[in-house]
Amino acid sequence: MSADGSGPIVEARAVSFRYGRTVALEEASLVARQGEFVGLLGPNGAGKSTLVRLAAGLLSPGAGTVRLAGLDPARAPRRQVARLCAFVPQEPRVGGALTVRDAVMMGRAPHQGLLSLPGPFDRGAVEGALQACDLAHLADRRVDALSGGERRRVFFARALAQEPRVLLFDEPTAFLDLGHQVAAMRMAQTAARGGLCVVAVLHDLNLAAAACDRLVVLSRGRVVAEGPPAAVLTAERVREVWGLPVWRGENAKTGAPVVLPEV
Amino acid sequence: MIADLRRRIAWGVALGVLAVGLSVALSCALGAQPVSPWAALRGREPDAAIVLQLRLPRALLAALVGAALAGAGVALQALLRNVLAEPYVLGVAGGAALGGSLVILAATAAAQALGAGAVLLSHDVPVALGAMAGAAASAVLVFGLARARGRTSPETALLFGVVFNAFVLGVITLLRVLVPPEQAARLTYWLVGTIAYQGPEGLGAGAVAVGAALGLLFAFTGRLNLLTLADEEAASLGVEVDRTRAWVFFGASAATGAAVALGGMIGFVGLIVPHLVRRATGPDHRVLLPASALFGAAFVVLADALARVLFLPLGTEPPVGAVTAFLGGPFFFWLLRRAVRAEAGGAA
Repeated sequence: MSADGSGPIVEARAVSFRYGRTVALEEASLVARQGEFVGLLGPNGAGKSTLVRLAAGLLSPGAGTVRLAGLDPARAPRRQVARLCAFVPQEPRVGGALTVRDAVMMGRAPHQGLLSLPGPFDRGAVEGALQACDLAHLADRRVDALSGGERRRVFFARALAQEPRVLLFDEPTAFLDLGHQVAAMRMAQTAARGGLCVVAVLHDLNLAAAACDRLVVLSRGRVVAEGPPAAVLTAERVREVWGLPVWRGENAKTGAPVVLPEV
Repeated sequence: MIADLRRRIAWGVALGVLAVGLSVALSCALGAQPVSPWAALRGREPDAAIVLQLRLPRALLAALVGAALAGAGVALQALLRNVLAEPYVLGVAGGAALGGSLVILAATAAAQALGAGAVLLSHDVPVALGAMAGAAASAVLVFGLARARGRTSPETALLFGVVFNAFVLGVITLLRVLVPPEQAARLTYWLVGTIAYQGPEGLGAGAVAVGAALGLLFAFTGRLNLLTLADEEAASLGVEVDRTRAWVFFGASAATGAAVALGGMIGFVGLIVPHLVRRATGPDHRVLLPASALFGAAFVVLADALARVLFLPLGTEPPVGAVTAFLGGPFFFWLLRRAVRAEAGGAA
């Protein structure tokens, strides 16, 4: 019912999750459609990373249901989930001695046979992903010789080469300088404009407000707000959720909300 | 690069087969009795008997053992994500020796209780199965003990393996007094690692076991590449992580068990060979594993020939395990030192 492209492709309904005794999520819901860039915001420990991992099927909810294009991602065969959804963790591990092209080719694995021998179709997808992430000139370099920002683009390219319908990111901008942060957000935006459903855990409220179509705010495992950035990021809410008094304004050019903490 | 992956696999296999062929030929030519290869091939005695019935089976046995150990080494290195992993160092070979020894002990006890018929239990196939089970049990134990909160600590696993080997050494030394003398001699051979004579049936069964285990591991090499990433990355790229790991464990244990049943605890082959081969092939397991298995075969054939030839004037023949340990011990120290330095440098 949701696989036709008009309904939501990511549907987490009232999911709860605990690590041992620690409650990470309590009846949290997340719905995202194709063509949409959704930002997950909240203080540390609010359950953002847990929520994207549930959506990716890497964790199984204690209560509630998760559907990815109608599929239960924690129970379905991993290959089937991987063709549908790419997940990029905060600090992906690199096979250091691999070239950029070989690392991006790993994204083709869910589409390949037993030995992952690449065909022309795979090579096309990899070259396309390299182009999209501005990596074509670095394709034959070793991944461990790249800068942090370039390496992040490799993982983005690997996710694109996977040709998923859903892209899930856990903090795609962590440890990046401002220029690379903006580049990462633009790539995510472009992917969403191209018809993908993009969900990213983000920490920079202003960057999220400027780039995302919709924001979901988590606090102590619960979803406390959801909607377009201007409606979600009020001074009142930021003070409640992050415990900080802020100045809240607007970018005069774009109309995006801007919040500045009073240090 | 990836474009010519098929060609790289083909090259690795072709060069490996060449190395195996040359080493087997050399091993057949070397020994106490000078022989003429041409005379042997034309069937002239005694050259033909020496080459075809003594040296060739021995070289083939060494090749099987080497292929199994090097292949298992590559698989264990991928599972532990550490190049110091190896069947001997991790205690998997020790577990195999212990498993095989226990079957021999059980056969002895059964023979005393039930009569001579039960001695069948000490024949090659049950002992080999015991070795494989012992290898699998020790692999599960060592990786299980080193795993906490979903992370396996390579240092803990290696430390455990070394201590486990010492334990096995003690236990087998004790077992030797409990079994008949001819079985005790077999246990001694196992502890030091010896390539001895095997009849055609033994060789055939060994070839089937090693071939099946290595074939299984090769089928998983594409997924092994992905397992070098973090578990959740591998899972999000379509790998059933736990199931894949279990199969690779099984393949590596079966290969190690077969190798120990055939040649005893021959150490460091799975360390030295994959390390050198990796320098030529790069880290892609689809090339690395078959090439390492073949060069591992050539390595043990040469080590065995060396053991035979070097000590000829002294009229003795050290076990091949002594030769590989002599080469492998320092090699291990060098790799360890390099890893320690890299870790210290990595922080800067």
